Amino acid sequence: MTDKIDVSVWRGTEQGGFRHYSVPRLASQTVLDVVTYIQRRLDPSLAYRFACRVGMCGSCAMTVNGVARWTCRTHVEKVAPHGVLEIAPLANLPVIRDLVCDMRSFFDKWVRAEGYFHPTATRTDPIVRVQPDTPARRAADAGIECIGCAVCYASCDVVAWNVDYLGPAALNRAWTLMNDERDSGSKVRLAAVSGDAGCHACHTQMSCTEHCPKKIAPTAAIAGLKRATLAALLAGRL
Amino acid sequence: MGGIRIMKSSWRAHNHPAYWAFMLHRVSGILLTLFLPLHFWALGHALGGTAKLESFLIWTDQPLVKASEIAVVTLLAAHLAGGLRLLMLEFLAWRDWQQRLLAIAAGITVGFGLVYLLNVV
Amino acid sequence: MSPRAQLQLWAAQRIGAAVLALCVTVHLATMIYAVHHGLSATAILDRTRGNWGWAGFYVLFVLAVSVHAPIGMRTICGEWLGLSDRAVDVVLAALGVALAIVGLRAVWAVFAS
Repeated sequence: MTDKIDVSVWRGTEQGGFRHYSVPRLASQTVLDVVTYIQRRLDPSLAYRFACRVGMCGSCAMTVNGVARWTCRTHVEKVAPHGVLEIAPLANLPVIRDLVCDMRSFFDKWVRAEGYFHPTATRTDPIVRVQPDTPARRAADAGIECIGCAVCYASCDVVAWNVDYLGPAALNRAWTLMNDERDSGSKVRLAAVSGDAGCHACHTQMSCTEHCPKKIAPTAAIAGLKRATLAALLAGRL
Repeated sequence: MGGIRIMKSSWRAHNHPAYWAFMLHRVSGILLTLFLPLHFWALGHALGGTAKLESFLIWTDQPLVKASEIAVVTLLAAHLAGGLRLLMLEFLAWRDWQQRLLAIAAGITVGFGLVYLLNVV
Repeated sequence: MSPRAQLQLWAAQRIGAAVLALCVTVHLATMIYAVHHGLSATAILDRTRGNWGWAGFYVLFVLAVSVHAPIGMRTICGEWLGLSDRAVDVVLAALGVALAIVGLRAVWAVFAS
């Protein structure tokens, strides 16, 4: 085990490149620790995002040795056993500067997919008693832990190839809401997730499922949307 | 919004079985689509009578053509098996065992290809 | 093309795929049978000539592939070649018609020659 890590970090915007830093290796070190060390001790001009640093906010997502990960939950010894690290911003999103990407299109697509709750009740109505073990609720529960970190979005080739594609996170959210008995937006949501920009553009590459840090399977959610939209089409509801 | 750079995902993020399955399915589909007109054209020789088709088929008896035939049959079997896997992943409610469909699809592909190979060589 | 029409294309492609799953299985089995028994062109044509069963089967096969393949190629042209929405629709139509014509001609060739 080397006592130093050779770290390449993306610097710049469109005119940029990888800059090299040498960082001391420590036990139980995470990639976020490495980035923080560089910014505090070596190069204060480095821009990067983080918040909770304990794996619950998703802000620190970056491309580490070519794979999108949460840097606070990625141990250096797991991804760089030979002491070589390459850190870049998330793929498929515009780069603001260095390791910071512009998340706006990611969240805009969430809205375009009708990935938000359409309420039916008011505060004066009794609370809906949702049974946890119905198939619909189980389908919803399988996807609601998403924290919008964009790792899946960054990992998806269809997002890269098709600029309008809503992406795995937005579609996963749409599916959880389709299965939420309290939500009233099914009709508009099915229309929103249909077509070349919607669930039908998914080719089941499963990079989203492979890399999701919460072990969600957006591929499963998207398959559910495919079935729901086809059923609606055949029933004349779409 | 000139010149905003967007990072591209690297092959390292794509190095997993379901992605290889996608790539094989897409490439086999493209190759089969390119092959198909050739196949239809070849069969069209029968319009000139059996002799015409027969002489064409004698031409196909060379090793390179035979090898291509085996390749096409294997690609077809691969595309079929991969397609069946996709239809199951999309139309059956998600289950854990579906992950193993990939292995089954691969097995079917190799099976068909082998049977053809053993018969044509 | 509207999202609804795009969904219809997707559905047609999947339905085409299901039909092709049957056709391709039969076709592969037939080819393996033919090769295993060393059938010559004459022998094969003897079986297909005037045979409405085989003709019907292969017409279905050709039509299914004329639907399935072009829709797939349309997506690939958009994703990998960067063709415009307009251009990919032209590719779809052209390829579909071309495959159907050449394919049905081939079916005619083995049925009526």
